[in-house]
Order: sequence, then C-alpha cells, then structure tokens
Amino acid sequence: MDAIQRVVADTFHQEGGRILAALIGSLRDFELAEDALQDAMLVALERWPLEGVPRNPSAWLTTAARNKAIDRLRRASTLARKQELLSELVEQEKQEELAEMEEQTIPDERLKLIFTCCHPALALDARVALTLHTLGGLSTPEIASSFLVPLPTMAQRLVRAKRKIRDAGIPYRVPPTEVLGERVEAVFYVVYLVFNEGYTASSGNELIRRELCDEAIRLARVLAMLLTQERLLDEVPEALGLLALMLLIDSRRGARVGPDGELVLLEEQDRSRWNVQQIQEGMTLLEGALRMKRAGPYQIQAAINALHAQAARAEDTDWTQIAALYGVLLRMTPSPVIELNRAVAIAMADGPLRGLALLDQPALGKTLRDYHLFHAARADLLRRAGRLHQAREAYLLALKLCQNERERAFLQRRLAEISPT
Amino acid sequence: MRYLLLIYQDEVAHTQWSEQQLAEEYQAYSNLDSEFQKLAVEVQGGEALMPTQTATTVRVRDGRTLTTDGPFAETKEQLGGYYLLNCKNLDEAIAAAAKIPGAKDGSIEIRPIMEFE
Repeated sequence: MDAIQRVVADTFHQEGGRILAALIGSLRDFELAEDALQDAMLVALERWPLEGVPRNPSAWLTTAARNKAIDRLRRASTLARKQELLSELVEQEKQEELAEMEEQTIPDERLKLIFTCCHPALALDARVALTLHTLGGLSTPEIASSFLVPLPTMAQRLVRAKRKIRDAGIPYRVPPTEVLGERVEAVFYVVYLVFNEGYTASSGNELIRRELCDEAIRLARVLAMLLTQERLLDEVPEALGLLALMLLIDSRRGARVGPDGELVLLEEQDRSRWNVQQIQEGMTLLEGALRMKRAGPYQIQAAINALHAQAARAEDTDWTQIAALYGVLLRMTPSPVIELNRAVAIAMADGPLRGLALLDQPALGKTLRDYHLFHAARADLLRRAGRLHQAREAYLLALKLCQNERERAFLQRRLAEISPT
Repeated sequence: MRYLLLIYQDEVAHTQWSEQQLAEEYQAYSNLDSEFQKLAVEVQGGEALMPTQTATTVRVRDGRTLTTDGPFAETKEQLGGYYLLNCKNLDEAIAAAAKIPGAKDGSIEIRPIMEFE
C-alpha cells in the first residue's frame, strides 16, 4: 500500500462511522450514503496523489461523497420524492463550498446512527451486523467470517436491514425521552453481544474474534462519550458500567486459554497474565459510574468482575460480597442464569452443600434443564462435596449439551480426573 | 408515511369473553380516536372485521376462479380489524399500535403502505 492509499484507508477506518453518520443524516438513505462514500474514496485515490492530501481529509470525503450522491440521484431518479431530496442537496452544496468545508469539522451524528442500527424493529442479527458494518467499518466478508455465516447470507442480511430502515420509516434520530431508556438498553445489548461473540465463540479465526472484542469496547467508549455530550446523563452510568465490564472481562483474555488452546477457569488462571492496564481503567470507570448513583445491571456485573480482579489469588476472592451482588442483580433482572451464578458464589463462600441446595430447587432445575453450564456447575459442586458418582453423571449431562469445543475439552478433563481408572 | 396496523387476535378465545369484557373492549376502542389524536397521528381509516367463519378466499389459477371457504392459513391468531394511519415515522406507528386494545391479548402487525408516486 502506498502512502496515499494508507491515508485514505486510515481516514476511513477512524472516521468512516462519523462520515457515514453525517451522510445518512442528509441523504436519509443508508445504501446511497455507502455507495457515495465508496465513490468519494475512489476520487480521493485519484486526486490526492496529484493535489496533495487535504488538510481535513474526512470533511473533504464528506463533501465529495455528497456530490457523488447528487450525481447518482441525477442519473437514477425520476421519482418526485428523490427530486425533492436532490434540490435540497444542491442547495446545501451551494452553501458549503469545498474550501469552507475544509475548515469545519463534520457534526457528530453517530449517536443517531447507533440508535437506528439498533432499532428493535430490525432482527437482532441484522442489528449486530449493521452496527459493526456502519459504525465499526468492518467489511461484509469480515463480519461474515466473525459470525461463521456464508458471505452471500451476510450481504443479504445487511441489504435487507438497510432497505427496511428506508421502507418502514425507521427514524434517524436520538429517541425522545419516553422511549430513550429502552432504546439505550437495546444498544447496550447489541454492543455486549458483539463482545461476547468475540470472547466466547468456540471456533473461527482468533484474530477476528479479538477484533470483535476491541470493536465492542471502542463502541462503548464512543457511546459513553456521545451520551455525555448530548447531556443524556441518566444513561451515562450504565454506558460506563458496560465499558468497565468489558474491560475487566477482556483483561483476562490472555490467561483464559492454555498453551494447547484449552479453557482455563478463573480460579486456575495465572493472574500475573491479567492485563493490569485494562483492570485499572475498568475500576476507575466503574467508580465514576457508581458515584452517579444510578446503579444498573452492567455496573453490578462490572463490580462483580472488579472483585475478581482485586483478588491476588483465587482463594482471596470475596465470594460473600460477590454472592450479595448477584442477589442485587437478581432483583434488577430476574433470570435463572443469574440464580445459578448466585448459587455458585454462595457455594464458594459457604461451602458446596449450600450451593447445591439452591441448585436443586425443582423450578430452577426445570428451567435450566438444557443449559450445559447448569449441569457443569452442579457437577463441580458435587465433586467438591465428594459426591463423585453424582458428579460424573452431571458432567456427562453437561457434555451431552455443550457445543463449545474448548469447554467440552475442559469437562472431559474434569470427568477423567474423578473417574476410577 | 402511511401505515396499516393489522390487529390479530385469537377469535375463538374472543367468543368466550364475558359481557363485561366485551363492553370494556368496546369502550377502549371508542377512546382510541382521542388517544391517536394525542399522539398527533392522523387516522385515515379503520374497521373491525367479521370473524373468519364469514371469510371467503379467492384464487385465479389457469384462468379459473377458485373459491374456498375461510382464510388461507390455519393460524392461532386471525385478522380482526385494522387502522390506516398517517405517521411521521415507524416509532410513531409503534406508539400508536401500543394503544390499540387488541395489542394486550393479540398482536399488531405494522405494514408501511407502498406509495406509488
């Protein structure tokens, strides 16, 4: 890649989301905005080597893309609605000459873009793909391979989503107060899903998965910053909580896989391999969030992970406090999986029998019957309690349900350890 | 943009509603116009439909008109009525759909109207 190509590529990678957000704002059409930006990048590759790189490359690209969009609309459309948009755009163009644009920074409309991409009227997998594509600047092949989906399927998913936004009239805006809370939650959910996909996926390219985690963390940073800028302060603590949570989990990435790719459980990890910088940042962010006195599920989960991060050795973990936090989380968002985690924490604090008593409540066992981690957790507590025969049965059940290769290897190992030879 | 809000409900269950439940439903639908007004949504039409036992399905195949009794598909919920609304965007249509009494026990499908310019 020559120097100019690199500048264009870097501008796209760093500023692509922002440029696209501004373009969609004026064009009100995802596909047109993307096509126009592609066109503008080609123009840049032709002209920058001759004319030099402009002082403000992203503003230059935005203006060039808008002109390209006008060209495309002129060529393509006779529809009245498009004519109307066309005359609006030409008007805008007159007002903002290229030279002036170079002095300006483009307005940051990414928050609108985030909310539109994560709109609940889109299918969840489409929201995830669209967010990564438009805000993360990940290419369609990159997203397809991160989610182990054939390229044509992913390409179609993205096209459908963009068309639904246009044809169903999904608004391009920051939602008004009465729905803001639930919409922000939907955005957090998508971001955390991207992170988890990167963190726990059993197969796929290690590098691409790493990128998903980094991207989720980057998105959460942007989100926290934009919510603060827009003075949507009620939503900021949870945005910071989500960011802190992902940093704290990600800090253990290097230690959670052994030399042969096998899964290493939290209590057996080499804690010196945890990323101190990420832990520090996560803890500072969490403290800041908690000071705002609007606790939410992400902050509580971050706090649980912070307690793990603070324990120098596994046996120093403050399980009593962790169990209490799971209790708080359970009241905020009742879920059988959280009940399971709480039971495990109580077992760690007060002994395996206390935990088993909680896990063996009939209602919980029934809901989590097909969840491999329920059986894995039960197996582990039975093993600790010395009830090896029952433990073996539970490990076998967990193995039957578990799809993840790494987790399977771990369960096999545990099963072998307690099986008579 | 114009949206058609299709109200789907379990019509078999509906036949077993008590007098009082039916009266409450009627009242709720009567109040709906003012609810829509509060949302600044323009109502362009809306009707309740007779139950699917009265429905007739028509298809033309090879030039022949085939007429059959009832709706085409066997589903748990049936189309029972609709509203045609003019809204600024999908969020407005969603807010309006949430006000329809049928949303509480059935579901509302929102379909943008295809406008031919």
